[in-house]
Amino acid sequence: MMNDPMIRAVDVHKHFGPVEVLKGVSLDVAKGEVIAVIGPSGSGKSTFLRCLIHLETVHRGTIRIEGETLVSTDAEGHCRYVPDPEIRRICGKMGMVFQHFNLFPHLTVLQNIIEAPMTVKGLRREDIVPKAEVLLKKVGLLEKRDSYPSRLSGGQKQRVAIARALAMEPDIMLFDEPTSALDPELTGEVLRTMRQLAEEHMTMVVVTHEMAFAREVASRAIFMDDGLIVEARPARELFAAPEHPRTKAFLENML
Amino acid sequence: MNYVFDILPPLLQGTGVTLQVFLITLVLSVPLGLALALMRISRFKSVSGLVNGYIWLMRGTPLMLQMLFIYFALPFVPVIGIRLPDFPAAIVAFVLNYAAYFAEIFRAGIQSIDRGQYEGARVLGLTYAQTMRRIVLPQVIKRILPPISNETITLVKDTSLIYVLAMNDLLRAARGIVQRDFTTTPFIVAAAFYLIMTLVLTYGFQRLEKKYAVYDE
Repeated sequence: MMNDPMIRAVDVHKHFGPVEVLKGVSLDVAKGEVIAVIGPSGSGKSTFLRCLIHLETVHRGTIRIEGETLVSTDAEGHCRYVPDPEIRRICGKMGMVFQHFNLFPHLTVLQNIIEAPMTVKGLRREDIVPKAEVLLKKVGLLEKRDSYPSRLSGGQKQRVAIARALAMEPDIMLFDEPTSALDPELTGEVLRTMRQLAEEHMTMVVVTHEMAFAREVASRAIFMDDGLIVEARPARELFAAPEHPRTKAFLENML
Repeated sequence: MNYVFDILPPLLQGTGVTLQVFLITLVLSVPLGLALALMRISRFKSVSGLVNGYIWLMRGTPLMLQMLFIYFALPFVPVIGIRLPDFPAAIVAFVLNYAAYFAEIFRAGIQSIDRGQYEGARVLGLTYAQTMRRIVLPQVIKRILPPISNETITLVKDTSLIYVLAMNDLLRAARGIVQRDFTTTPFIVAAAFYLIMTLVLTYGFQRLEKKYAVYDE
């Protein structure tokens, strides 16, 4: 188990009706790695991320999280998920941050953070609140603990969403375009929080359009196009000298 | 004025009957409506289809007909045929009918909640039941308060339909006095009573809406 990667995805296939979105994606993520997944929209990068945490079901392939099988496919091509409680336990090793935050509007910032630890883990309020406050301090929003999400800016909402995910103490954090819904002047504060997480050696998979962030923070960058990983290399290398013509074309377009 | 005081006791008694039908129906039909709504959005087609048919039946026929059916015709139905006294018969009809309307309000409310709320709850490890109870339904209540308030006020007035089972609710009590004394004053007093009841409800629902206004979506 010690040598298992944090995430192992092998030959993942996914289609929406007749449209093939993932055409055999394989990826290993080691402990502490920060993976930036880049690529044009419609390339399947968000879908791949959502498959990892079972927000989408795959149609073929294998996904293992910290050595535990979430879904596997046998020689005949029959794809099987483990039973529901197992799925929940395995996916509980991961936290996820969405493009549109998905904070709970009827709960205050603090309540958003302590909801899952209390409901899912059965922790007592007095035990989790101090921890939630530490997390809020970490993302710089302690003074907003009793505000409702509607009173926050987009950047603040996303930082609360990150704190909420961290409150479940995940080993892996998944980010699905965390800054895409933000005004440009608000992306910095979110990226700073993510960079801080990376420096603490959190294992992260980040689907992003922030090329500067991908280049500077990610240990590896992955370029996806048309349902496949086209190029996967150390981030600085990939940005400095993309090998594949499609990677080149994409990066030229972005800059 | 003395006349009004004279007719108050029978009218108050009628109001008692009206309030009983109203309160019992409300307390039973709201949870039943919620259960029906959850069944209606079930991924099992047979369950949602069955509930769909039920709602069609209950909304598609007059409440008065349903009440008459349960009181007069149900005893002759094979297997499930039971003879209910007038008050329980009226309650059964009202609960079955109003649950259908409440179910549709709950369903619309539940389906208006963004998919992202379910996903946000799911990646935090909440089960479907926990997501419903802790995340979705509390938000649904805020959104459906206005239509629920509407339906509840309608219920107060619909209770007058129980006169067909010869029960002495507020309106039937008033009509009895009108026919006895040849004066319309009892109608005016009855109207005042209905207005007071709906005023209390309106105020109550306004308070609830204010309570839920602490957050925006």
